[in-house]
Amino acid sequence: MIADYLKFSFSNLKSRKLRSYLTMLGIFIGIAAVVSLISLGEGLRYAVSSQFGFLGADLIRVNVGSAFGPPGSSTPSNPLTTDNINQIAKLNGVRMAAGRNLRQVKMTFNGKTSFAMAVSMPDGRERKEIEELIGYSAAKGRMLKDGDRSLAVIGASLADKETFDKEIVPGASATIQGKPFTVAGILKKKGSFVIDGAILLNEDMHRELMGLPKDQYDFIGVRAANLKDVDAVKGSIEKLLRKKRNVKEGEEDFSVETAASAISQIDNVLVGVNIFVFLIAGISLVVGGIGIMNTMYTAVLERTKEIGILKAIGAGTQSIFSLFFLESGILGLLGGIIGIALGVIGTLMLAALGRSIVGTDLFQARFSPLLLLGSLAFSFLLGIIFGVAPALRAAKMHPVDALRYAK
Amino acid sequence: MGASGSGKSTLMNLIGCLDIPTKGRILLMGKNIAALAPSGLAAMRGKLIGFIFQQFNLIPTLSALANVAIPMMFQGVPSERRNARASQLLGMVGLGDRVHHKPSELSGGQQQRVAIARALANDPKIILADEPTGNLDSTMGHKVIDFLKELHKKEKKTILMVTHDERLAKEAERIIYLKDGKIIKRG
Repeated sequence: MIADYLKFSFSNLKSRKLRSYLTMLGIFIGIAAVVSLISLGEGLRYAVSSQFGFLGADLIRVNVGSAFGPPGSSTPSNPLTTDNINQIAKLNGVRMAAGRNLRQVKMTFNGKTSFAMAVSMPDGRERKEIEELIGYSAAKGRMLKDGDRSLAVIGASLADKETFDKEIVPGASATIQGKPFTVAGILKKKGSFVIDGAILLNEDMHRELMGLPKDQYDFIGVRAANLKDVDAVKGSIEKLLRKKRNVKEGEEDFSVETAASAISQIDNVLVGVNIFVFLIAGISLVVGGIGIMNTMYTAVLERTKEIGILKAIGAGTQSIFSLFFLESGILGLLGGIIGIALGVIGTLMLAALGRSIVGTDLFQARFSPLLLLGSLAFSFLLGIIFGVAPALRAAKMHPVDALRYAK
Repeated sequence: MGASGSGKSTLMNLIGCLDIPTKGRILLMGKNIAALAPSGLAAMRGKLIGFIFQQFNLIPTLSALANVAIPMMFQGVPSERRNARASQLLGMVGLGDRVHHKPSELSGGQQQRVAIARALANDPKIILADEPTGNLDSTMGHKVIDFLKELHKKEKKTILMVTHDERLAKEAERIIYLKDGKIIKRG
């Protein structure tokens, strides 16, 4: 029965294609806006969390300077020390702590120069832990070993043909900050510019190259023994460093970040963006809904005679209501489907455009099934809510009056 | 029979369960339809009555087949049975080769025959025809009248026709004359 009514309603919409599409315009603009902006936001959230190697939920990172993001290319005024590392390593719930340095360097290969981030790798057990934690592994060649000198492992995008006009393979010679190095291995592509654009060097080599003093680190990577202890460990590191660096709570010159805290910072920004998007999309959807109502009222008026005929041949109040109600529901639902399709296409295009113009992987599209299904359900709901009043008007028409109605 | 304004169409609307009287009773198959709610009236229309209008009143967006099938949809007949019966009825009115045509692609006479097929869809007891030949030329009009007479004879349908054309009225077994809303003569 419902299927028959659906077919009937659908054929009515099809007979007025242009008007149906124009009506759906309001809905699909709103839905497309929601889908694309939320998906880009989700992509950004994912990209940022993966950029900083925060995919491991048990990773805690101690930075000097309170700024969020990768430690910069300048020497912090009060760097982290070996003592700090040892103290943190002794804290309850800490599995491992390793100091690392990160500096911008000039890399030359094939007569071309490019900037990259050279990051130091600790020796011994910590090396394995860091590799595991960040997910470093060699796609080609091998990873660094303790005692390797003048050897570097480079990220996948540095090895790319595009960076130096020639692909870098293990065994190739390049210079970093003017000093000759041999490439030992190429990292597996991670989709994060920090990792894919990184040069891994052993700590001593890195220090020598950058002229860094023996006992200073840009950041400390800490791994919690248990995932559930991450927050507690973060708290005790903060307490320890406040004491050691002699700063009060709220005035820290360092920051302790976890995957959760990094994501929550992005979320803070995204919440603002999302509220804005929902507001704009909400207005568009209400306007779209009113458009559906308007179209349905027009349809009821135009089809007054048809309603009379249908009533004369046995359609009850309920049948007429269903026919018009379904029609507006279909308008909403179709609007939603087109909106989602446009949103998805738009998001992919925007993300690709962003990547090619800005050149970072921060522009990504990530579609949550919940968002897509929710949009669909919402657009259908919108159609039927705004369709109730016109459908009621149609259903309540007096058959004789309706039959007598002349266009 | 009756002049315009005599109340022919109102009477037809009342018998056809399209309208209810402000007072009095209307007994249809022993049932007082004046007391029925809109849903009850719709059910009576759907099952007992078939309408044929002067302006044919087909749904312009639907094919002949769909127009004939639609009254059955409201009675919950499954679509295969609907379509089978609709094409059988169209065959009966001589439009077997026009089932997929839209009303605008059919002549007036053909449209009225689709309307007749539609009126028969739910196998009603009564067929109400309001000036069924009013929009047709006389040849086509006669064909329609002949067809209605045949329906009456073969299918035992009660046919109630409104007209102000004396010659057409003569085809009927009984003639009721109306004037100013009152029956002034019955044959």
